[in-house]
Amino acid sequence: MSTDAKEVMVEVRRVTKTFDEFTAVSDVSLEIRAGEFITLLGPSGCGKTTLLRMISGFETPTQGQIFIAGQDVTHDPPYRRDANQVFQSYALFPHMTVKENIGFGLRMKKVPKSEAQERVREAIAMVSLGGMEDRKPSQLSGGQRQRVALARAIVCRPKVLLLDEPLSALDAKLRHAMQVELKHLQQKLGITFVFVTHDQEEALTMSDRIAVINQGKVEQLGDATAIYHQPKTTFVANFIGQANILEGRVVSRAGRKVTLRLEGGPEVTLLADDLPDDATTAMISVRPEKILIRKQREESDNVFEAEIAEEIFKGATDQLMLRTPGGLELWAVVANESARQATVHKGDKVFCHLHFDDIVVVQGN
Amino acid sequence: MTPTAGLPDTRGAERAPGLRGWLLMAPLLAWLGAFVIAPTLIMLVYSFCDRDELGQVVFTFSWSNYTRVFDPTYLKILLKSVYYAAITTAICLVVGYPVAYWVGRAPERVRNKLLALIMIPFWTSFLIRTYAWMTILKSEGPLNSLLLYLGMISTPLDILYTPTAVVIGLVYSYLPFMILPIYGSVEKLDNALVEAAFDLGAGPVRAFASVIAPLTRPGIVAGVMLVFIPAIGMFAITDLMGGARVPMIGNVIQNQFGQARDWPFGAALGMTVLLLFAATFWLTTKKDPSAT
Repeated sequence: MSTDAKEVMVEVRRVTKTFDEFTAVSDVSLEIRAGEFITLLGPSGCGKTTLLRMISGFETPTQGQIFIAGQDVTHDPPYRRDANQVFQSYALFPHMTVKENIGFGLRMKKVPKSEAQERVREAIAMVSLGGMEDRKPSQLSGGQRQRVALARAIVCRPKVLLLDEPLSALDAKLRHAMQVELKHLQQKLGITFVFVTHDQEEALTMSDRIAVINQGKVEQLGDATAIYHQPKTTFVANFIGQANILEGRVVSRAGRKVTLRLEGGPEVTLLADDLPDDATTAMISVRPEKILIRKQREESDNVFEAEIAEEIFKGATDQLMLRTPGGLELWAVVANESARQATVHKGDKVFCHLHFDDIVVVQGN
Repeated sequence: MTPTAGLPDTRGAERAPGLRGWLLMAPLLAWLGAFVIAPTLIMLVYSFCDRDELGQVVFTFSWSNYTRVFDPTYLKILLKSVYYAAITTAICLVVGYPVAYWVGRAPERVRNKLLALIMIPFWTSFLIRTYAWMTILKSEGPLNSLLLYLGMISTPLDILYTPTAVVIGLVYSYLPFMILPIYGSVEKLDNALVEAAFDLGAGPVRAFASVIAPLTRPGIVAGVMLVFIPAIGMFAITDLMGGARVPMIGNVIQNQFGQARDWPFGAALGMTVLLLFAATFWLTTKKDPSAT
């Protein structure tokens, strides 16, 4: 696995960027390892693009430093950095053909003509654009333009490839195909990818690690499963997938085992590692699909009763709104396994089962 | 895009104007016919005519006026006019492009203010502005006073009534005509393209040469034509700032219709310059085979 290499390719050291009064990036530190696929994920305006643009050199940090391959590049212009960017709008040169676009970086770097031609040919093959060499960008489809933009950047063999929401303009089907293709390409080339997106599904699909960014800060950094299963804050829990964020009072505590009484609901027991000893209340996140729903009570860490107050058909799944006798409402998801025997319906009284591990303590924002 | 089979091709440039289109264009066409096409045709006819001793036009047919145009005296003036116009255009381009680029890249809210600053001189009469320049440039004017005071010169420079003064006047008058079309092109230039050039290793000079200049070429071409063509025929500035010492083709033509009372020859000179303009226009706008 490429992330085993511990060499740091890009280091963002205590970087702050302010525009007039607005702080876009606030004291962010981030180490990006060589060869990894890291995603900066966050809602629009969270500062992820500004962070990317400081790595590419289009913005200069107000404070802090940026290193690429151990070199301080904080004040270097983009054309002196060993990083290339794939732009959201692709930014293909309209007056150049596909071949000229892809060869542009090599011409600027004065790569010998024969070598440049060979590398352009290779890049064109890699993104499956054979036969399109002499077309102008205006004669290409969105997906083809996307590939040209990608080829134009990777042909330069940068140490870091920066991608600014490159798939956002594609339709859903093409986007899914490109996600897989990008990931394969990254593994094949071994180039460090820094990918910016607001699409959580995209981030989960491709990334070795995800940095969830909110209001100019890295809220959580980790691999996809950790980000999904162990969100540290309510923001992360809500932004990636769906989550029931519930608040409860600490009723009892025995080592890691903490029992909470949820507001208007049952008591649940969970394993808490980072809940302060003197905490009297706690906020938890429960993923809807982790709530196991049965008509009969079964053996589990936590079991409570609820009524199905709402049932929404979603195709592969049913989304259920559960209401406990005390009035606590939470969402659950069940798979539509067989059309003939949908197990539970609106109005049914059911038993909800929850494992210790599936309840995560989160910090409020 | 290829038009779908069976459907009429409705792309704007190739569509016939239709009755409504012609009606909308009628006032313009009438105006052009009365004040551009008709006078040009009259000039064309005159240019082949002759004149009597009193300066009356005599309707005959001869090429003599055109052979006179190629008399070394006039040819030299014509070439000199082209030369001054070319220098003026070059200076306007070098000075105007950075201004246009800077204004075009400025944040939207300041852009209009900067444009207004460029347009403000037009609020004053052209003659007043030219006289102001004459005052500035004359030997006891502010420019010489300043240079003397700074010790950069010891005797006043003779700028007024020299070709330099004429070029200064021309550059000053035509600079906005260079800036505005280039600004139009720069404003439409997607900043991401400039960034992409930088990102791919182009320094400022190479980014300009390979991306910015080619993509703002329509503005440059328009600017060059808007400056070069009128600068060739300009006579008021040459009259005032060049004195009588820097005659340009515009002055010669003006003179034929005025004091010299030789309308047929003036017409022939005018038609020659018109042909020159047409040739310039054709050369600069003919379809670039590499463009789509």
